[in-house]
Amino acid sequence: MAELMKDEPTPTVICDGVDIVYRVNGTGSGRGSATAALNRILRREQAEKAAGVRRVHAVKNVSFTAYKGEAVGLIGTNGSGKSTLLKAIAGLLPVENGKIYTNGQPSLLGVNAALMNDLTGERNVYLGGLAMGMSREQIKERYQDIVDFSGINEKGDFITLPMRTYSSGMGARLRFSIAAAKDHDVLLIDEALATGDRAFQKRSEERIRELRERAGTVFLVSHNNNSIRDTCERVLWLERGVLRMDGPTEEVIAAYEEFTGGRDKPKAESGPKAQ
Amino acid sequence: MSQVLHTPPTAATDQAETPAQIAARYGLSVSGARPSLPEYVRQLWARRHFISAFATAKLTAQYSEAKLGQIWQVMTPLLNAAVYYFIFGVLLGTKHGVADYVPFLVTGVFVWTFTQNSIMAGTRAVSGNLGLVRALHFPRAALPVSFALQQLQQLLFSMAALVVILFCFGIPLSASWLLTIPVLVLQFVFNAGMSLIMARMGAKTPDIAQLMPFILRTWMYVSGVMFSIDKTLKATHLPYIVKRLLEANPAAIYIDLMRFSLIDSFHAKQLPHHVWAYAVGWALLAGVGGFIYFWKAEEKYGRG
Repeated sequence: MAELMKDEPTPTVICDGVDIVYRVNGTGSGRGSATAALNRILRREQAEKAAGVRRVHAVKNVSFTAYKGEAVGLIGTNGSGKSTLLKAIAGLLPVENGKIYTNGQPSLLGVNAALMNDLTGERNVYLGGLAMGMSREQIKERYQDIVDFSGINEKGDFITLPMRTYSSGMGARLRFSIAAAKDHDVLLIDEALATGDRAFQKRSEERIRELRERAGTVFLVSHNNNSIRDTCERVLWLERGVLRMDGPTEEVIAAYEEFTGGRDKPKAESGPKAQ
Repeated sequence: MSQVLHTPPTAATDQAETPAQIAARYGLSVSGARPSLPEYVRQLWARRHFISAFATAKLTAQYSEAKLGQIWQVMTPLLNAAVYYFIFGVLLGTKHGVADYVPFLVTGVFVWTFTQNSIMAGTRAVSGNLGLVRALHFPRAALPVSFALQQLQQLLFSMAALVVILFCFGIPLSASWLLTIPVLVLQFVFNAGMSLIMARMGAKTPDIAQLMPFILRTWMYVSGVMFSIDKTLKATHLPYIVKRLLEANPAAIYIDLMRFSLIDSFHAKQLPHHVWAYAVGWALLAGVGGFIYFWKAEEKYGRG
């Protein structure tokens, strides 16, 4: 590895002409009617469209290479395929055409789906950790850090209460703390910075910087251009599933802000503008 | 998925390396590709703690809002048995001729419920947990296996209740009770396999979940849960093939083996011939076959 890095940067993620297509049942002309459903079952492949299966082409022919030590931002308006692309890189969504090559197993920063609201925070820390592939010993080791970081116990012994009793902010903090407890080769972050109160946001930004130092490559999806500026040196701009621009952060964000018609400076804004 | 390609595979640019070649040179692997079968088994084994933690968590979460809490783990099967006793023992009088009818019935109900719930939970294992499948990376077989394990834990609670019922009806403790362990292991392997098969089918066609209750109810009625298959076969004149099929029914095999282990008045001659061979055969067929069947679509779970 070391000798290779002298000559050229080591690629960690290669996307090669990636297309991602969702299929949604029960839409289209027939709209869930019995005939449409029958049609769908009988003529599965040929008449998908006629039978009310909608194909949503979420990502279209995207190619790029990310290298070790890079932090890559993904920007684009809502519904432009950012999260979908991230999930495909993580190997969670199958690609229709093309290939995605990765170094090791990229992980999405997110355990929300593995946690259960009826269980105590404590059991959820273990469950979430195990779901991310940590061992019981690793979790035991980091347990106190996770709880301290989430700040759940600052206002009393909440960690031994079921998660359904938490406020939404507390829940979000605990989820982020569990997710951020693991080290990753390639880390994919989907707008995770927008959780919790201001104090917690500061702590999580710091944690993300730490994670980035340990991870080979970081991808960050965010609508907050300032947090992209702070963390990333390279930005991919997706629009309607197409990779519209790929380059240094300042250039791409400048073009993006022109496109969306407003620069989202936190201060000295001359009035409400579309962001 | 046999979809028409929209774009031709990216043509290799003349002088530069293709992405595939670069990937190979740096040892990158294809994201989301299906691992080989041995690798898959290894990954699944590495997640064994997750599988058991997930099963226990689901089981505990079930009654966490009830006032009586975990007591329902034992209460639910007992109430179930009471209902079946009322209908089939008192109202319909199916018990004629079956010795120790209550233990016979309750054992049947509990053992059948284990298979039924494993299959039902398996059907929804992937389709009902798409959020989890789309957020985290783990061998997907962990889900159906975990659901089957949850049902096994549930059955162990039921067995505790069963032991109390058996003592109440004067069934003596005997060495043959040890046979419950191999029976449970074999039935668990069978159920986990069925759960895996149903999980793949349910992931592709969620409608199956609507259909399963009817199939399962029919299956229950032919499995001798509340009547003795052995007695019925002797009393009625069924075609030979139907008799053989009724006897080979895996659910009936596991139910009768459990009765044989626990109830002293249930004799070996009430069991079909080669019953242990059937029990092992069904477990291997469903277990190994189901695992391979599920693995074959590993990379496709999570779409739409």
